[in-house]
Amino acid sequence: MSEVKIKIENLYKIFGPRAKDFTNKVKSGIDKDELLAKYNHVLGLDNINLDIKEQSIQVVMGLSGSGKSTLIRHINRLIEPTEGTVLVDGEDITKLNKADLLEFRRNKTGMVFQRFALFPHHNILDNVQFGLSIKNLDKSESKDKAMYWIEKVGLTGFENKFPNQLSGGMQQRVGLARALAIDPDILLMDEAFSALDPLIRTDMQDQLLDLQKNLKKTIIFITHDLDEALKLGDRIAILNGGKLVQDGNAEEILLNPADEYVSNFVKDVNRIKVLKIGSIMNIDGNKNESNPSVMIDESIENCLPTMLESESGLNVLDSDKNFVGVISKNNIAEILRRSKD
Amino acid sequence: MSSESLRLFKKSVDGAYRSFSAKYGDAIEAVFDPVLYFLVWFEKLLHNSPWPLVILALLGLVYLGSRSIYLTIGSLFAFLFIGYFGMWDDTMSTVSIIGVCTALTIGFGIPVGILMSGSDKARAMITPILDIMQTMPSFVYLIPVVMLLGIGKIPGLLAVIIYAIPPVIRLTDLGIREVNKEVLEAADAFGANRMQKLFRVQLPLALPTIFAGINQTIMMALAMVVIASMIGVKGLGQPVLKAITNQYFTMGLLNGLAIVALAIIFDRVSQSYGKRMQQHRAGANE
Repeated sequence: MSEVKIKIENLYKIFGPRAKDFTNKVKSGIDKDELLAKYNHVLGLDNINLDIKEQSIQVVMGLSGSGKSTLIRHINRLIEPTEGTVLVDGEDITKLNKADLLEFRRNKTGMVFQRFALFPHHNILDNVQFGLSIKNLDKSESKDKAMYWIEKVGLTGFENKFPNQLSGGMQQRVGLARALAIDPDILLMDEAFSALDPLIRTDMQDQLLDLQKNLKKTIIFITHDLDEALKLGDRIAILNGGKLVQDGNAEEILLNPADEYVSNFVKDVNRIKVLKIGSIMNIDGNKNESNPSVMIDESIENCLPTMLESESGLNVLDSDKNFVGVISKNNIAEILRRSKD
Repeated sequence: MSSESLRLFKKSVDGAYRSFSAKYGDAIEAVFDPVLYFLVWFEKLLHNSPWPLVILALLGLVYLGSRSIYLTIGSLFAFLFIGYFGMWDDTMSTVSIIGVCTALTIGFGIPVGILMSGSDKARAMITPILDIMQTMPSFVYLIPVVMLLGIGKIPGLLAVIIYAIPPVIRLTDLGIREVNKEVLEAADAFGANRMQKLFRVQLPLALPTIFAGINQTIMMALAMVVIASMIGVKGLGQPVLKAITNQYFTMGLLNGLAIVALAIIFDRVSQSYGKRMQQHRAGANE
C-alpha cells in the first residue's frame, strides 16, 4: 500500500509560445497574475511535487483555474510539461517517444471526463470497447471484457443504445466502464462526477468506492467539491494558482490547514461528520469500565448519541478491540469551537 | 504601365504558355486518358442499355439513397417525361459526366479537406485558392485548359471539377474541425494514433457535414453543364446552348426543366442519405 506509484517532481507548466523562456522568472517568484499581465503567458503549474501511492485514491482539489485539470493531464501527457518529471513506476513518462507514449496510454491509464466525452456515433458496447479496439485486441475477447464491465457498472441491457439515449449518470457509468475495460493501473478522473445531480453523484461515489475495494487501482480524482474530496480521498492535494498548497489526509487538512486559502476552503465542512474518533481522542486517558465503548475509525457523528447518554465519556477501541484512549464531550466541544473561529 | 509594355507582357506570357502547351500538351492529355476512357465507357453503357433497365437501376439507387417511395415515384415520372420529350440521350450524357465529376471531386476533395483540417498553414494556403476557383469566371480558366487540351470531354470535366470541388473541401475541413474537442481528447487518452483518430472518430462524426458538401458539389456541377457544353461536352447543355443562339424558347425550357429534374433528384437523394446518417448518429435509429 505504501509503494509510490506516481512521483511528480518539480513540475512546471506555462502556457504560451515562449513558455521555456519564463520558467526562470517563475522560479524566482513571479506569480500567476504578474506573468499574465507582463508577459501574456499563463502559469498553469508552479513547482508541483507530489507522491501518489499505489492503490490509493489521491484527490486533487482546487477552484477553477487552480491547475488541477492541467495536473491530471500531465500524468498521461495529454499536456506536455514545460519543465519537470512525472515518474510512473519509476519510468519518466515525459521522456517517452511517440510510440511508447501511445503504448503507455493504451495500457497504463484510463481516463474519465467531466462531460463524459463518449463517442456519440458508437453504441454503448462500442464505446466501452474503444480502448480495446485501439489496441487491436481480438474481437470476441474485447467484447467479453466490455460486457463484463457493462455488467459491473450496472448497464446490462443498454449495450445497443447510443449515448444520448442515456441519462447523465448512466453516461458516466459508460465512461467509467470504458476506462476500466483496458484494465489500467491508473485511473484518471477529471471532475468525473461534477456534472451529475447530487443524488446520482452520491450514488456514483459509493459505486466507485465499492469497485475500488476489489480493483485496488491508483486513482487520481479531480474535484472542486470538498465533501466529495473528503469522502473519496485517501489523500487530498489542494492547488491554488498552480501551486500545491497542501497534501494530506482528510484529518490533516481539516485540523491543520496549511494556509488561509485552505482554511477558507474547509471552513464550512461539517467536522462532526468527517472527522474520526481517532483524530480527536485523548490517548492519555484511563479506561473507565462503566462507560460504553466506540471504535476508533467511527465518525464523531456516529458516536454522538452514545456520548450524550454517557456521564464522563467513552472508551475508544481499535479494530482488535484493544483499549487505545478515551473521548469526552470536551474533545468534541473543542472541535466545534475551532471550526467556529 | 505603358500600353506598349503591357502589350509586350501579354504577348510574352501567351507565347510562353503556347509553347508550353505545344511541348507538354500531349503528355498531359495522356495523364487524363484513363478518366476519358472511363467516361466514354460509362456514357456508352447508359446510352446502349435498354432504357427501362437504366430507369430501373436509377430508381433503385434513388430508393436506396432516400428510402422514400414518393421520391422514387416522382423520379420515375421525371425520367418518363424526359424520355417522352426526346431528351433521354442528352440526359444520360449529363448523368454520366455528373457521376464521374462527383466521384472525382469526392476522391480529391475529401483528402484535401482532411489535409486542411490538420494544419492551419495548409488551410491558410488552400483557402484563397478555393476562393479563386469559386469566383473566377469559368471562361477565364477555360482558356488555358482549352489551349492545353483542346475542346472535348476532359477540358469540360476539369472546368466542372474546378468550379464544383470547393464545397466538398471546405465542408470536410469544417466538419473535422467541428468535432467535439473533448471526444478527441478521449480518443487521445486511450492511445489512438492519428489514423485511428481520423477513421474512427473524426470522419464518422464529420460525415453529415461532409455530406452537405457533397450535395452542394453535385448542385454546382449541374449548374456548370451549360458552360461545359460550350467546349464540347455532350449533354443537356448543348440543346440549351442551341436554344439560346437560335431563340428556340420551348427547346430551352424543356431541357432546362430536365436539368432541374435531375438537380432535384440528386439533391433530395443525397440530402436524405446524409440525414439518415445523422439520425443514426443521434441514436434515434433504434
